[in-house]
Amino acid sequence: MSAAATDEILLEAVELTREFDGVKALDRFSFQLRRGEVLGLLGANGAGKTTAMNCLLGLTLPTSGSLYAFGLELQQHRVAILRKTNFSSSYVSLPGNLKVWQNLLVFARIYGVPQPRRKIDELLERVEVAHLRDRITGQLSAGEATRVNLCKAFLNDPELLMLDEPTASLDPDIADKVRKIIRRARDERQMAILYTSHNMRDIEEVCDRAIFLHKGRIVAEGPPAEIVRRSTEQSLENVFIKIARSGELEDEPASPPVP
Amino acid sequence: MNPRIVAALISRYIYLYARSPIRMVEMVFWPMVDILVWGFLTVFLQRNTSGDFPQFITFLLGAMILWDILFRAQQGVAISFLEDVWTRNLINIFVAPVRTAEYLGATFVVGLMRIAVTVTALVLVGWFAYSFNLFVLEWWLLPFFVNLMLFGWSLGIISTALILRWGQAAESLAWAVPFFIQPVVAVFYPVSVLPGWLQPVALALPVTHVFEGMREVMKTGTMDWTSLVWAMALNLVYLALAGALFVWILRFTRSRGLLTKFATQ
Ligand SMILES: Nc1ncnc2c1ncn2[C@@H]1O[C@H](COP(=O)(O)OP(=O)(O)OP(=O)(O)O)[C@@H](O)[C@H]1O
Ligand SMILES: [Mg+2]
Repeated sequence: MSAAATDEILLEAVELTREFDGVKALDRFSFQLRRGEVLGLLGANGAGKTTAMNCLLGLTLPTSGSLYAFGLELQQHRVAILRKTNFSSSYVSLPGNLKVWQNLLVFARIYGVPQPRRKIDELLERVEVAHLRDRITGQLSAGEATRVNLCKAFLNDPELLMLDEPTASLDPDIADKVRKIIRRARDERQMAILYTSHNMRDIEEVCDRAIFLHKGRIVAEGPPAEIVRRSTEQSLENVFIKIARSGELEDEPASPPVP
Repeated sequence: MNPRIVAALISRYIYLYARSPIRMVEMVFWPMVDILVWGFLTVFLQRNTSGDFPQFITFLLGAMILWDILFRAQQGVAISFLEDVWTRNLINIFVAPVRTAEYLGATFVVGLMRIAVTVTALVLVGWFAYSFNLFVLEWWLLPFFVNLMLFGWSLGIISTALILRWGQAAESLAWAVPFFIQPVVAVFYPVSVLPGWLQPVALALPVTHVFEGMREVMKTGTMDWTSLVWAMALNLVYLALAGALFVWILRFTRSRGLLTKFATQ
């Protein structure tokens, strides 16, 4: 856990289960996220990461289980929670037919940001895309759009931030910058961040703690380095492959083979 | 209902229209074509028949303009929603602290702006091409306008709910829904023309009373105002039902996990 992490739980899932047509995308998934902590969700394609995030954002209703943010039940206090939360993902974009500043200004107004124009300039500066301010959003490259999306996600100075594959399709240089931005948000603003990525470097550099999901169930949990140490694998990447293929990580002695 | 959020959402549509004024063409072009083609046809028919319908052209022009109040109000809601679908912006909105009422409220205002553009154009064309003056309806115009706009909003909410439920395949409903009711609500002909069994259906739709009232006022200069009160009451019922349908379908798409699929496809 980082020095920034506190004991205050900002996000909590209790036995979250989500079925699609009888198949469990999430199976009694429980976790807690603390203020000032970055928690990584890992797992193969289809493991349930996006489903978890969608449930936590109220976009998808759980089949069963309870969700809390800031100690409040999620569905009942949706608007109050969303004021202090934000989200960004490589698969969601800002309207391509407006200029960058127009899009950001609309969301700044929605979030009720004081002195919105100043805030926008400051954020664009922070993610090093100030020169894109007057560009048409739809004409940005993937990496530029990702960083502009991050500006949107920082507009309301969220206490809780959810990022679904924010570094997908970024070049190593920009990915590194994005990781720095996220670490800064945690360290300087004590944000609680839930993070998914297929990039193990992301997880190792950014996450205080990681949860490996396989078919909607937690198969490993802990600080990334510790997960590797507990396993028989050499790297987080190998742990990932192991879990993706076998569905488990033998950190306990394997059960004797069935005769 | 937070006015700041409604205003913020409206500002997005204003940027959109300011950036590409070409969008406005659609608001003016088709209604103009309609009013010119059908208007001149009516003039021609009137000249070549015995002239039993001296007010035919006024009925037609009035009906066309009033119909567009309803249609543009509906479009304001449905097209604004589609703009968010097309630009993959829905998720951004749904994860923002925006209430359903605020979102719909903003689209209502967009509807008002669309009405302003279209109706201004039509009133001008009506005046210059046919010396038609919509303001012969005098202050009756106000309750007509309110009733048409309210029902347009209801139809807009219903269109949006159906698109939300059936996905982008149902997009054309944004344009089709008002025309489902057009044959029944006596826009261009009186309710008495409809078969007997259809007449109660017509009277259960609020805007029927507006179109019947319009012809009455044009003929006699006045009308039975109780039918407008009835229309207003019906409108409030439809608006409440449309809102309930929308909330129900929103919940349904969330429970099926369709919201994110739909918004990111
Ligand atoms: N709306 C839906 N309807 C039916 N099945 C769904 C729906 N959404 C997700 N699923 C299924 O749930 C499972 C988990 O999907 P999810 O998108 O959460 O995976 P993920 O871990 O984010 O994968 P990826 O790494 O590919 O993004 C998958 O099997 C997926 O097909
Ligand atoms: Mg995913």
